[in-house]
Amino acid sequence: MTALKQEVNYDDLIPNNVNLSEDRRLRKALEAWHPGFIDWWKDMGPDGFQDTPVYLRTAIGVDPKGWAEFGYVNMPEYRWGILLAPAEEGRTIPFGKHKGEPVWQEVPGEYRAMLRRLVVIQGDTEPASVEQQRHLGKTAPSLYDLRNLFQVNVEEGRHLWAMVYLLHKYFGKDGREEAENLLKRTSGDKDKPRMLGAFNEETPDWLSFFMFTFFTDRDGKMQLESLAQSGFDPLSRTCRFMLTEEAHHMFVGESGISRIIQRTCEAMNEAGITDPTDVEAVRKLGVMDLPMIQRKMNFHLAVTLDLFGNEVSTNAASAYEAGIKGRYQETRIDDDHQLHNDTYAVLKVVDGELKMVEETALNAINARLRDDYVKDADGGVKRWNKLIKKAGVDYELSLPHIAFNRQIGEFSGLFVSPDGEVIDQATFEANRDNWLPTASDLAYLDSLMVAVTEPGEYASWIAPPKVGIDNKPGDFEYVRLAG
Amino acid sequence: MIDFRTSPDQYRHWRLTTDGPVAHVTMAVNENAGLFDGYQLKMNSYDLGVDIELNDVVQRLRFEHPEVKAVVLASANEKIFCAGANIRMLGGASHGHKVNFCKFTNETRNAIEEASAESGQIWMCAVNGTAAGGGYELALATDHILLIDDGTTTVSLPEVSLLAVLPGTGGLTRVTDKRKVRRDRADIFCSMEDGVRGQRALDWRLVDELAPASQFDQAVTARAQELARRSDRPDNANGVLFSPLDREIGEHSIHYRHLSVELDSSRRTATLIVHGPQQDAPASVADAQAQGDSFWPLALARDLDDAILHLRLNQPEMGTWLIKSQGDGPRIAGYESLLEQEHWLMREIRLFWKRTLKRLDVTSRTLFALIEPGSCFSGLLAELVFCADRSFMLDGQWEQDDTPAAELQLSAMNFGALPMSNGLTRLETRFYGEPQSVEQAREQQGQPLDAMAALRGGLITEAYDDIDWDEELRLLIEERSSFSPDALIGMEANLRFTGPETMETRIFGRLTAWQNWIFQRPNAVGRQGALQLYGSGSRPTYNFERI
Ligand SMILES: [Fe+2]
Ligand SMILES: [Fe+2]
Repeated sequence: MTALKQEVNYDDLIPNNVNLSEDRRLRKALEAWHPGFIDWWKDMGPDGFQDTPVYLRTAIGVDPKGWAEFGYVNMPEYRWGILLAPAEEGRTIPFGKHKGEPVWQEVPGEYRAMLRRLVVIQGDTEPASVEQQRHLGKTAPSLYDLRNLFQVNVEEGRHLWAMVYLLHKYFGKDGREEAENLLKRTSGDKDKPRMLGAFNEETPDWLSFFMFTFFTDRDGKMQLESLAQSGFDPLSRTCRFMLTEEAHHMFVGESGISRIIQRTCEAMNEAGITDPTDVEAVRKLGVMDLPMIQRKMNFHLAVTLDLFGNEVSTNAASAYEAGIKGRYQETRIDDDHQLHNDTYAVLKVVDGELKMVEETALNAINARLRDDYVKDADGGVKRWNKLIKKAGVDYELSLPHIAFNRQIGEFSGLFVSPDGEVIDQATFEANRDNWLPTASDLAYLDSLMVAVTEPGEYASWIAPPKVGIDNKPGDFEYVRLAG
Repeated sequence: MIDFRTSPDQYRHWRLTTDGPVAHVTMAVNENAGLFDGYQLKMNSYDLGVDIELNDVVQRLRFEHPEVKAVVLASANEKIFCAGANIRMLGGASHGHKVNFCKFTNETRNAIEEASAESGQIWMCAVNGTAAGGGYELALATDHILLIDDGTTTVSLPEVSLLAVLPGTGGLTRVTDKRKVRRDRADIFCSMEDGVRGQRALDWRLVDELAPASQFDQAVTARAQELARRSDRPDNANGVLFSPLDREIGEHSIHYRHLSVELDSSRRTATLIVHGPQQDAPASVADAQAQGDSFWPLALARDLDDAILHLRLNQPEMGTWLIKSQGDGPRIAGYESLLEQEHWLMREIRLFWKRTLKRLDVTSRTLFALIEPGSCFSGLLAELVFCADRSFMLDGQWEQDDTPAAELQLSAMNFGALPMSNGLTRLETRFYGEPQSVEQAREQQGQPLDAMAALRGGLITEAYDDIDWDEELRLLIEERSSFSPDALIGMEANLRFTGPETMETRIFGRLTAWQNWIFQRPNAVGRQGALQLYGSGSRPTYNFERI
């Protein structure tokens, strides 16, 4: 062993396409931040698996045909890269007041605070989910799932890097401070919580994990999609590349729940149970009953919708007008992309009733993004229902109404059933256990959470995947557990 | 019509609770209860209606709760302490309304500061969520700012960067003059949107104390108790309850118990006639307290305070106020000897008068005092004469009227208890270049001064006899009301505050004046200006020419 401080070659350590070896300022900033990040990962990352080789994909470039490589890695040595989608020649600002002007390669001073705030909020969510999920490794239903969890975790770590890169590179001293603070807040901490509510909730079991990746990572996707439209080109390129990884996170969520549903239906059919609401009988089979899955959906959709903020928002309008944050698939929308004369119908509370109200389109940017999100999520639910139908089980899952159980925005403080009926508090409370996860649901889930560590084996409540990761065979050892 | 009278059972935006020596004043703005249509008071933002209630809270705490020694200002909103003045309200309000709103807001904040400094009722602010703009300015008015240290919550003054106006209700001034933030840091702080949180806020003296979320409530309680220990207020005194203020508004008049106002729209004048005490002063402070809010100096102060506010907001065209009095001058001395005693209630009444006279000082109306036979401008009430821009006294009696000639009389009240916001008494301000005249006046305390004596002593502007009186005053008032009100406002505000600057004069004279200028400029209020466009999503277009 050498007593000398080991020279870190960041160009080797950090796969990048931002010319890191030439950029002294940026390298210096990252050198200062990196040890803190590693400490954070060791303290707050996956608990108990820091020295375990995991078969992970690492992003090494941005070529769509071969951007990643697979191999066994101990997570603290994961190569968190700084990768931006390739620059588009001649790209112009696609919306807002500056529409048609060349995109910015540097932060316009006028929008510095606004941009920094957006980057910080996005950045704060990335490490948060790693923290929320840090204990799940101990109860993974298979090595395949364990590996997927860690894949999501390291990529969220990389997303943090991506945001920290922007802060360091473009926001000077303030940016460095904000980057430090991203490591200081902690999910669920009483004193220094993460900035957004859903990222302070617990993820105590694997159904929660799959719901989280299906619903809450999808919010991440929508946010990244709208930031990918940004006139600030480095932000746009960063987010575009993050989206390629985000797709996998949502795949983990959607396929995880599909496999749970599949297993439940199979088990019911094998046992000859035809009533999906006969919870007692279904639970005897060691699988997750569909009504409980519905209640979990209700919970997760509501917390996630809260992340979209106020439906009618002047902040969102300003960010749009400034060309900083656009709409989902902005460039594919057929309008003038300035919206001065447009309106958008927003569901609002008028005299205690839910009514569609025409708002100026600019002020309704958040409402529209949320609507796009709900459509996107509904696609997944439809696929789940197909599975249920195909299995011959008579049950349909559905997204609860957008006003159900909300804490932020237009519907906060209102009592609304999952069907969208405005009710009083007493009625809500009387139905709470039908609509939201109950203590016995959580206890039951907890009882199912037992680690399965043999390659190729799966917990009783989840079906194996159709294909392996990186086309590996069914009994592949995705995680090499010690002993 | 805007009514400044309210009471706790009518509050829509505040919760007031007391627990022994500590009161909690909790902001819980009802977003659907704005004073006007067209905006919602989201995120604990405020309009004049919210401030009217706060003013009532401040007043009642002082009189109704002698036992309260520390006041905790907090928010019922978990995330947001207060987002400041409502921007849509400001965007839609007339220039006059904005100016009067800010003035009143300033006066309430000064009253909070005065409570801490002079009344032994020490205010602190528990900033449990973002305090932006006017929200932070409100915190600045307290003596101790405790900020939650959660890595997110900030204090900020984003007016310049977001709204193209100033933190105009004391913000700029208190940051430098009260909290003594270094000017370059203040420059950074006042031009950033996001504000400052945690340790830096403490290091820059923007707040006094930090507490993590899990210990926040305990920290608030501990601090409130510590502040309460500094107070000299009594533990077990009975308060004086404020009954609803009697006021009758007629077509051309307003009547209070001890004050009447006559409105003359052709001359654009309001005549305020202050009534002296109907009976001799009670024998002791205890007897005075037994009279409750009927005790003459207190009752009159409430009348006068309400009249000033009412006329300012609801009668903007009455540009000249003629101040008269009626009653028995010698009786007033008896009341003053009670007021001078060391007693919490007597002190509160003195301070109330101090505040009310200061309201008059900053009122943007021409003030003329008319001292006529039958008047009682003695001591406390003589201060009204010294508030005036000019004062006139009838020399002798009215023809065919045996009311004795008017007399002016000075007392200790004119020499220290009722300073102006420049820190000087009105006589010291009046005689700024001639301290010997103050001394001369001091020696005349207790002596009735007729018109000639008052004129010789420089205590009045002019003395007219019965033959000239009506015509001189008619000409004067007609001339005055023909001038541009804008020029008069500016002139009067400049001439009234001679001499030294204090934080208060800087707030009213420098900050507010600049703010009022900005409130007229297209960069703020034009169609492309920041105040108008705020919330529309559109960015303002500025004229970049420096004036
Ligand atoms: Fe992410
Ligand atoms: Fe993700």
